Amino acid sequence: MNKPGSSIKSILAAAGLLLAFAAQAASYEILNVSYDPTRELYKEYNAAFVKYYKAKTGDDVNIKQSHGGSGGQARAVIDGLEADVVTLALAYDIDAIVEKTHRLPENWQTRLKHNSAPYTSTIVFLVRKGNPKKIRDWDDLAKSDVKIITPNPKTSGGARWNYLAAWAYGLEKFGSEEKARDFVKQIFKNVPVLDSGARGSTNTFVQRGLGDVLLAWENEAFLSINELGKGKFEIVVPSLSILAEPTVALVDDVAKKKGTTKVAQEYLDYLYSREGQRIAARNYYRPTDPDVAREFAKQFTKVKLVTIDKAFGGWKKAQTTHFSDGGIFDKIQSELHQ
Amino acid sequence: MNAPALKNCLEPRWLRPLLIAVALLFLVVFILLPLVTIFSQALDVNLQDYLAAALGYEGATPELPPLFASLGDGASVYRAALDDAEVRAAIRLSLFTVLFCVPLNTFFGVMLAWAITKFDFRGKNLLISLIELPFAISPVIAGLIFILIFGASGWLNMVDLYTFADGRITKLLDADGNTVTLYKWLMAHDLKIVFAVPGIFLATLFVTFPFVARELIPLMQEMGKDDEEAALTLGASGWQLFFKVTLPNIKWGLLYGVILTSARAIGEFGAVAVVSGNVRGETTTMPLYIEILYGEYQFATAFAVASLLTLIALVTLVVKAAIEYVLKKQRTG
Repeated sequence: MNKPGSSIKSILAAAGLLLAFAAQAASYEILNVSYDPTRELYKEYNAAFVKYYKAKTGDDVNIKQSHGGSGGQARAVIDGLEADVVTLALAYDIDAIVEKTHRLPENWQTRLKHNSAPYTSTIVFLVRKGNPKKIRDWDDLAKSDVKIITPNPKTSGGARWNYLAAWAYGLEKFGSEEKARDFVKQIFKNVPVLDSGARGSTNTFVQRGLGDVLLAWENEAFLSINELGKGKFEIVVPSLSILAEPTVALVDDVAKKKGTTKVAQEYLDYLYSREGQRIAARNYYRPTDPDVAREFAKQFTKVKLVTIDKAFGGWKKAQTTHFSDGGIFDKIQSELHQ
Repeated sequence: MNAPALKNCLEPRWLRPLLIAVALLFLVVFILLPLVTIFSQALDVNLQDYLAAALGYEGATPELPPLFASLGDGASVYRAALDDAEVRAAIRLSLFTVLFCVPLNTFFGVMLAWAITKFDFRGKNLLISLIELPFAISPVIAGLIFILIFGASGWLNMVDLYTFADGRITKLLDADGNTVTLYKWLMAHDLKIVFAVPGIFLATLFVTFPFVARELIPLMQEMGKDDEEAALTLGASGWQLFFKVTLPNIKWGLLYGVILTSARAIGEFGAVAVVSGNVRGETTTMPLYIEILYGEYQFATAFAVASLLTLIALVTLVVKAAIEYVLKKQRTG
């Protein structure tokens, strides 16, 4: 017969066992604050990482995901959104977090390979089926009968890459900053509506049917073809484009406070692994790992790419020259609306 | 002046049916059609083909295609939507927001209306305008207000904390010797406000604040203080006064205010979007999640959740109408 004492003991023992088990299999929660077009990428990547981490360490990870326009997401982190990792559209947005909060060190971009960009992308054109306006390269965008859809460079990371790619082409072709500026102005003259983010522009072009060409992230262009009807759109890769480096970083202070530094770091490192690179490539981001790049070579058209550092002297300089208040983009806009 | 004379001198005969037709057309185009669209999109009903065939347009199929051919699919879209943990989390969060905001705003609304209509004091007009402030400013600004107060670069991060030690008051310092602000203290204790559920509650509380008070103030003003004064002279206590005299008089208006508050609380987008931080499955309410789904090209699921939200609104309307009907009957019968 059971004495009351023994049953209490067995309950305690069971609780102890549970505790021991809990101590062995820790469970972490990390928040990845990202930008809009990575939704599909991180959906797949997070599931893969959870499995990988469980197999490697026995610990459970729960990954929370936040998406929005890159600049707005950076702003939210600055205002206190507790991201363990940020995976944003461009380095400048992470620089802004460093500058305003000091929650990660200034040398963050050197801590991971390839300027902390595990995958890259570029800017391509999405045109309607059959390419009725015969758009082949940047020159065709400056023609007066072409309507271009691009988001607003003031608010959208992708739009800044669009703008800079056009500028780089103008510079290469016409040889002077002044002529490059005229060329970019000519292009923006053909933009009927500036949405605030990349997804908004895609919807304007695809759903609302506005415009002849959408300037888009390569991955976004592939995705809209797959999701919204094959055969309705075509991708045109220009002769020259820009190497877009969406960057990732650990937010040291937050991870330290939450005790998630190790798992958050592993989360970013795994992006560089074979599996991580393949997931990126499957979601139409260009992998940086040369072997995986060869595997997916057919998917990505070879294109001459300029880098932000070589062509524009880095993001800080590009930002102040072109996109800050009173910068070249503002001047072009006010000239166009006179 | 009597009624027939009024009729003759004010309007020509054709005006009234015309105005009614315009109003009806407006209702159909701006309210009924969008409603039908939302439900038909979610249920994947082929409305366009059906109408084309029904009206005999060129190029339409000669036979009427079944309107609900894919109703089975439509139902499975709902099932799939409700199977999605993030959709369920969004619905849950929206319902909790309503549960949090409605009782509080009902309580404060009644209190304010009581204070304004039963007492005379200085600054009463100012108070009345303040109540309406959330209507006057854009919801986005309402959201930003909370970021500017509770965010990392907000006021709370400028308030230093003090501690009482060794008989004197000193600034509270953390392990590294930095001063601890109220914001840092809250974050250190995991008491998140903005970019978390409390921020969503606060923002919704703010934008839904005026509804109850606004409904009650004119009603209570009209009623005056006579009933309450009579009750007082008969020796009623404060609670008796409220529950036996005031409440029965205002319950209509109160109910109306509560229903408007819930409808707005569940549907608010702008203010909530600013303080949400977009953490999926955690700080996304139904309206926010609909926008996310739409952005992810998951149109069917987006419309399924949207139609659910619409359904809640319609049920609210029906409940409101039913209650009004019952109350009216009680009054007359």
